[in-house]
Amino acid sequence: MTFLRSWLPTPLLSSLLLVVWLLLVRSASPGQLLLGSFLAVVIPLATYRFRDSAPRISKPWLLLRFVLRVLVDILVANIEVAWLIVNPWRRLRPHFVEYPLMLENRFTITLLANTISLTPGTVSANLRLDGRTLLIHALDVDDEAALVRQIRERYERPLKEIYEC
Amino acid sequence: MLDFALWTSMALVVAALLLNVYRLAVGPDMPDRLLALDTMYVNSIALIVLMGLWLNTKTYFESALLIAMLGFISTVAVCKYLLRGDIIE
Amino acid sequence: MTLYVLLEGLIAFLLVAGGAFAFIGSLGMAHLQDFYMRLHGPTKATTLGIGCMLAASMLYFWVIDGQPHVQEMLITLFLFITAPVSAHLLAKTGLHLRLRRADRTRGDPPELRDEEVGEKPVPHPDLGHG
Repeated sequence: MTFLRSWLPTPLLSSLLLVVWLLLVRSASPGQLLLGSFLAVVIPLATYRFRDSAPRISKPWLLLRFVLRVLVDILVANIEVAWLIVNPWRRLRPHFVEYPLMLENRFTITLLANTISLTPGTVSANLRLDGRTLLIHALDVDDEAALVRQIRERYERPLKEIYEC
Repeated sequence: MLDFALWTSMALVVAALLLNVYRLAVGPDMPDRLLALDTMYVNSIALIVLMGLWLNTKTYFESALLIAMLGFISTVAVCKYLLRGDIIE
Repeated sequence: MTLYVLLEGLIAFLLVAGGAFAFIGSLGMAHLQDFYMRLHGPTKATTLGIGCMLAASMLYFWVIDGQPHVQEMLITLFLFITAPVSAHLLAKTGLHLRLRRADRTRGDPPELRDEEVGEKPVPHPDLGHG
């Protein structure tokens, strides 16, 4: 058991790597299986020191709902942003917003920052060194507090629920 | 119908590439040019995918994947350089 | 027969929508005023545009070959994972170089003030620069 733990510290990542490799070469012949398994063992070991360990997912079904919601939001947000860019009469109201973070784990903060960058007209610009506030640049904001509330309710709370309870 | 859609899409992507070249040439600062280059990578992937559709071949997807990876890594490397004056810390 | 017409229409729609999104993303990059606003176009619109095109391509080869072609999905996934990361790094670089922002931008992050700088490049003790 300890042997398995030291050589295969992240079984989920390893199986994901194997699946991606097989999809990439588009075959499941024994040779490719062997090579894929080799890579799936070696890559996590080689990059072990760079990665933050991901916290345990306590509620997978909520994660699924979260992913679906983000996908829908990406579509909607893109149409909004496209309209903002094309419409020549609209005056944009860009805004730098400081977002106080509720999450503490580095992995979940990364997830939140990436979600923010992909969804409504916002890009996460800078994570302060103390990991407490996230600087966000928004393309067109009316009310700063409403934006912060929206991000908190829509993305941060579900993430906290999925990973940290 | 598919031919027409393919040509329209190609024309739009080429126009996008021209706009990127404009930003690359004009861009007042370094990050602007970097952003233009990053977008050019993505747009060229789009062009490769469209070419694959046009020629009805799947040979080009590997190259599209490679371009995606190289584009990301080079953008990150140059950003790192601008941020720290050094790539590998 | 109708199914094929429908599928063809869907593929054509996805192709044109993808091209339009890619174009709008680059248009935003070309004509918005400051760097931070320009960042929005490519990260969102262009990424979604190429996602649409790859979906169209996947659907097309699925119809032609009768089996799904998953490499497009890998490319899409890769692009959607990397786009926010490079956007974040570019924004950080812009803040670090203190690029000018449009006058009507509200909010005053300490990163862009002239006095007390929020985050200087940390001098590297081993390499002796900075």
